[in-house]
Amino acid sequence: MSTALQDPQTIETPNYLNAEYGWKSWLFTTDHKRIAVLYLISISVMFALGGVFAMLIRLELLTPPGDLFTSDTYNKIFTMHGIVMIFFFLIPSIPATFGNFLVPMMIGAKDLAFPRINLLSWYIYIAGALFALAAIVMGGVDTGWTFYTPFSTTYSNTFVITAAVGVFVAGFSSILTGLNFIVTIHKMRAPGMTWGRLPLFVWANYATALIQVLGTPVVAITLALVGLERAFHIGIFDPAIGGDPILFQHMFWFYSHPAVYIMILPGMGVISELVTCFSRKGIFGYSFIAGSSLGIAIIGFLVWGHHMFVTGMSMYAGLYFSLLTMFVAVPSAIKVFNWTATMFRGSISYDTPMLYAFGFIGLFTIGGLTGLFLGTLGMDVHLTDTYFVVAHFHYVMVGGMVVAYLGAMHFWWPKITGRMYPEGWGKFSALLVFVGFNLTFFPQFILGYLGQPRRYHAYAPEFQVLNVMSSAGASVLGLGFLIPLIYFLWSLKYGKKAGNNPWGAKGLEWTTQSPPTTFNFDETPIVTEEAYAYAKHEETHVG
Amino acid sequence: MSTQPVTPVRTYVVIWAILTILTFTTFYVAQIDLGPFNVVVALVIAAIKMSLVIWFFMHVRTDNPLTKLFVFAGFFWMAILLALTLGDYFSRTWMPGGKFW
Amino acid sequence: MGQQFDSATFGMWVFLLTEIMFFGGMFGAYTVYRSMYPEAFAATSNFMNPAFGAANTAVLIVSSLTMALAVRAAHLGHQKVLQMMLVFTMIFGAAFLVIKGFEYHEHWEQLKVPLFASHWAWDGPLAPPQYAHQAQILFIFYFFMTGFHALHMVVGLGIMTTIFVMARRGKFGPSYYTPVEVSGLYWHFVDIVWIFLFPLLYLIGHTKQLF
Repeated sequence: MSTALQDPQTIETPNYLNAEYGWKSWLFTTDHKRIAVLYLISISVMFALGGVFAMLIRLELLTPPGDLFTSDTYNKIFTMHGIVMIFFFLIPSIPATFGNFLVPMMIGAKDLAFPRINLLSWYIYIAGALFALAAIVMGGVDTGWTFYTPFSTTYSNTFVITAAVGVFVAGFSSILTGLNFIVTIHKMRAPGMTWGRLPLFVWANYATALIQVLGTPVVAITLALVGLERAFHIGIFDPAIGGDPILFQHMFWFYSHPAVYIMILPGMGVISELVTCFSRKGIFGYSFIAGSSLGIAIIGFLVWGHHMFVTGMSMYAGLYFSLLTMFVAVPSAIKVFNWTATMFRGSISYDTPMLYAFGFIGLFTIGGLTGLFLGTLGMDVHLTDTYFVVAHFHYVMVGGMVVAYLGAMHFWWPKITGRMYPEGWGKFSALLVFVGFNLTFFPQFILGYLGQPRRYHAYAPEFQVLNVMSSAGASVLGLGFLIPLIYFLWSLKYGKKAGNNPWGAKGLEWTTQSPPTTFNFDETPIVTEEAYAYAKHEETHVG
Repeated sequence: MSTQPVTPVRTYVVIWAILTILTFTTFYVAQIDLGPFNVVVALVIAAIKMSLVIWFFMHVRTDNPLTKLFVFAGFFWMAILLALTLGDYFSRTWMPGGKFW
Repeated sequence: MGQQFDSATFGMWVFLLTEIMFFGGMFGAYTVYRSMYPEAFAATSNFMNPAFGAANTAVLIVSSLTMALAVRAAHLGHQKVLQMMLVFTMIFGAAFLVIKGFEYHEHWEQLKVPLFASHWAWDGPLAPPQYAHQAQILFIFYFFMTGFHALHMVVGLGIMTTIFVMARRGKFGPSYYTPVEVSGLYWHFVDIVWIFLFPLLYLIGHTKQLF
């Protein structure tokens, strides 16, 4: 038995990682856990690429004049940052990695309902990513990730079709993942695993899957029409021949608003898991959190017009969308209250995953509340297309989703790899992420309020101080992302061997060995207890 | 081994006959000028045909409630897209000086 | 096997949900433009051939009947009937595509294909000039909607061929006919899309004699 962290150990017991060797056993696998690892590697690469674009943006914005890049090049940079981050990192992130790995285990199943479709899903993702990379390498796209017409269809001189094809293809990957999860969760739960006993992470992925299935096809057809319009030089969205650009926006945002819930719901599911484990307490208001996930999924489809208040849409439509936007905040707020109540009188430990959970709750709350500012019709007229919007969505996407992703990484890394990461470095990086993130994006709220527009490579000189703060923060944030990359890779060889359940957490995935065997369970488990059945006054760090 | 009961051939043929009759109906009604009701009639007939195909040919009649819910949800979601988008366009005329297009 | 059948059919329905939203997006866009340009869209009916459209509708409905009978035969283990019905389904599906081909050819000859500048012209006594642009939009939707539909038909024929080959090899019987059922669901769905395309694209105006 080794106690030193530096001891390289090999995991000898048979598990899904050493069951077979060779590239064929990975590229032709149908094991949901291996597919999750394939996704993990792929989206990490795309995240790094998106991060490079972010770095270029913040470099340009260090100084007021547009001196680093021409405006055309800058347009390409923020477009590619958006496309890569949204479609190739955020949308797949948690479902394709942790969802794939954990959902079957959490419900007591051997695999997903359609394992080969799961593998196909990854290949389709790679194909989409290759198209996106091709668009970048050939010269980029400059339409913004939102592809607004008629610029994207008629006037842009960049590789719009290639990029649109990449997004279209990646959308199918998303649809197939969602389809798989829906059928799996409905049909493959172990005996005794009723809907009311499902871990909330499963509920979150279920609600996400519903959105993926119902929303993604609409953006698929929208981008297909944009691509066809460009290819054949005809006008569906071209005003010159009677087309309507606002119709494009309706169709685009019908998906892209629920898409943000695809991005955040799995993160919320993670937080439910983290908060219960590290408070040693059952979740407060289980049915409310489960129900609120469904609520967000459903109401999220009814609010898309809040992206279009100033476009020429009818004022009455604006009133309706603004009102519904107020409603969609309620289920999210319910979750935040319930997580807080869960922690109340809990036995809280401050391991790295819990630090990220704290970060999520605070930062997501700020991001969500500022969303309400933007959803208020009158305020949006002032704030739209300013840095306020940029700050808002980065608070929810990075402060929320990426933080949750990192929390999930630290929490389940021992299960996925059988190794512990170094806890000291984990805490340090979490701190860097928190400080760096706020330094990057809080000034942007102020900048937006003061009037700095988004998507411009130059700005008025009086905004420079805040922009420099933001860019400095971005460097710290980048470091906060880089250090975990290093120590996670380090831990693969030198990390302490994790047992079955290093956190003493409840949940079927923790009853298996770390890493799990290929078929997860020796026998189908029979579930008899409720989710998060932590006993009162339990010791921390059991096992 | 599915739990689906076997539908008699007769049922399928009868449904097919109804569908064919409805097709001819919609074809001939289109020749008559009913003003704005032409499109209503055409869509109602199409909806009936679709329902027959779903209910009988696609076995939804004997499916479990979950499947029925999902089928309904699909059309409901398409309705959301249409209703709210068209709602924007139609409500533009409610404003003074507002135009549909 | 029962759970597999349930999962597979449920999975196919979830997939069809995505298809409803995919085509639904196009139907939605079409509906918006038709509400904007009712007279222009009605004028385009002069260049549509409802006889072809109705024939296609009838063909697809028959193919749905034979498909349903094929699934039934598979369920009962009637191998010959199964194979025969699959062949009929494919014949009708192919007939649909042939008729579509004639139609597209007719549009090509009449210069009503806005996808190619050389083959779009809006003139003559049946083409009120003030509707030129809007009519072009309708024809764009006509080709995209029927085009995506035809693409789904081609995929459907490919699926049916696979199922037929499997049936010939005796893979289906009362204890396992899931692929037949699931393919049937797909086929019927493609039929349903056409059931809506027909009135929306062909029966808009009635200013022209239908024959």
